[in-house]
Amino acid sequence: MSSETTVDDERLKSESTMASLMKRPELGAIAGVVLVTIFFLITADSAMFTLAGFMNFMSPAAQLGILAIGAALLMIGGEFDLSLGSMIAFIGLFFGACVVNFGQPLILAIPLTFLFAAVVGTVNGQIVIRTGLPSFIVTLAFLFIYRGLSLVGLKAATDGSTQLRGIRPAVENDFLTPIFSGDAFPGLFLALADMGLIDTFQNGTPKVKGIPVEILWFILIAGIATYVLLRTPVGNWIFASGGDANAASNSGVPVRKVKIGLFVVTAACAALVAIITVLDSGSTDARRGFQKEFEAIIAAVIGGCLLTGGYGSAIGAFFGSIIFGMVLIGLSYTQIDQDWYLVFLGGMLLIAVLFNNMIRKRVTGER
Amino acid sequence: MSTDPIVHMEGIEKHFGNVIALNGVSFDVRAGECHCLLGDNGAGKSTFIKTMSGVHKPTHGSIHFEGRPMNFDSPRDAMEAGIATVFQDLAMIPLMSVTRNFFMGREPTKGKGLFKRFDTEAASKAAIEEMKKMGINLRAPDQAVGTLSGGERQTVAIARAVYFGAKVLILDEPTSALGVRQTSNVLATIDRVRKQGVGVVFITHNVRHAMAVGDRFTVLNRGKTLGTALKDEITAEELQDLMAGGQELATLEGSLGGTV
Repeated sequence: MSSETTVDDERLKSESTMASLMKRPELGAIAGVVLVTIFFLITADSAMFTLAGFMNFMSPAAQLGILAIGAALLMIGGEFDLSLGSMIAFIGLFFGACVVNFGQPLILAIPLTFLFAAVVGTVNGQIVIRTGLPSFIVTLAFLFIYRGLSLVGLKAATDGSTQLRGIRPAVENDFLTPIFSGDAFPGLFLALADMGLIDTFQNGTPKVKGIPVEILWFILIAGIATYVLLRTPVGNWIFASGGDANAASNSGVPVRKVKIGLFVVTAACAALVAIITVLDSGSTDARRGFQKEFEAIIAAVIGGCLLTGGYGSAIGAFFGSIIFGMVLIGLSYTQIDQDWYLVFLGGMLLIAVLFNNMIRKRVTGER
Repeated sequence: MSTDPIVHMEGIEKHFGNVIALNGVSFDVRAGECHCLLGDNGAGKSTFIKTMSGVHKPTHGSIHFEGRPMNFDSPRDAMEAGIATVFQDLAMIPLMSVTRNFFMGREPTKGKGLFKRFDTEAASKAAIEEMKKMGINLRAPDQAVGTLSGGERQTVAIARAVYFGAKVLILDEPTSALGVRQTSNVLATIDRVRKQGVGVVFITHNVRHAMAVGDRFTVLNRGKTLGTALKDEITAEELQDLMAGGQELATLEGSLGGTV
């Protein structure tokens, strides 16, 4: 009897390896990265694929990617958050005011900012869950509300300007600054330059001073999100809540808590991006994060998330964001007009949605 | 049939405002039997199931569970006591794998604290084994439920309920949307579950399906039970007539033990 079962198991495994690879939601995004890489290998200046070029496109990819992973988790959970972009401005304003107007050190300002983000996310989530309205409409309203509040708040914080400056001097000597801005591991890169392993300027300093911190955050968050989705009960609840909220709650999944939690996570991702960009630029303004909600959702969709929820992956959103970064920055390495970027964006989205539909039919055996 | 009933419901009435959905329903189910509840549309089957599974509280009447009076406040209470209901929507998510569906909301974990994680290997193994017991060989534990046929999905739902310790399994029209072959598979599953000692409440309006696996039959009509008959006391035609409104009621009175 036991020998029979092992034989069966082996058969199952050998059969499923290739097939299950073909069914992974992130397949489309990985294929996309390969295609885009080939495209730029042919058309772009070779500088794009040097270490410096890599950091150049990974940096915007990472900033978008942190948002996209939040958006992907929320989409898998069956909801949208269109206020994501406005939140960056709104939460960035809160963070800027903490640092500049109230003179708080980062050790206080950053936890307070995340707390604030949690409140913002909870407001979105509670309204969606309690009213039963589509999150699309509720968060569309907050897209305008948070953007408007950012404008009003900025004027209040700066006596009439829509830009809050003076963040850099306020945080210059703070021990937490290097964790949220600049380049990580400068020592390592100096050493690599000394050994002649990476490109240097004429005076011997490395062309790439380190890994931009947002890239490390991006990889860390993608890792955590993937682990939670695939290897924890909460991950199963997220898929279930998005797949069929009614069936999930009949099976004992705390659907409301899961969804509100996901809104909070999304807001926390916006907060992290807000902190990184505010520290990086030394200022915050009302147009921060403009249209990022759409880009994040597009990256999530390219990464295999279904608009109807219940399916997708964080790794997919990770690669979806890299595609974005490559195209945005890569076009400047080619002879192609930069404005083709938007055309490309729309095209990618369309192809991704068609592709996802195909994959989903394959997974569910629909015809 | 000598064992005491697991669930015994007596004189259940359920009113919604001025609508009387149930007007005196008596029903019991014993371990290892399949008790069919038959009724036409609008007879009150759904209300009855929901009362039994803890969704509704009866307006009048008593529910005894394993001999003790019971008052379920929620479906969770009923589930914890061991009354599992497989509703028509099956509480299955097509895009999710069989394993993930099987353990949805009750995931086995390993590790501690921050490293407490979904034990996917144990879950996959258990899901494959349980499905095998039910006569379904999964291609892979990560096969999506959407690729299964309606009958197989029904079987997953039943296997899940049994795996999580159901003593009473309420099946809400499990065969109504299925083809002939799949119906016979589901009926075979019901038979298997019954032999494991689970009390099955099989709700249907198809007399032939009921006759195939039922040990006892109760007909529900206009919110009332018209009595309970044993398998060899009643024919399919008589059940059919009862469901249709009981024109032949008088001739059946004897076989129903005078409870009409």
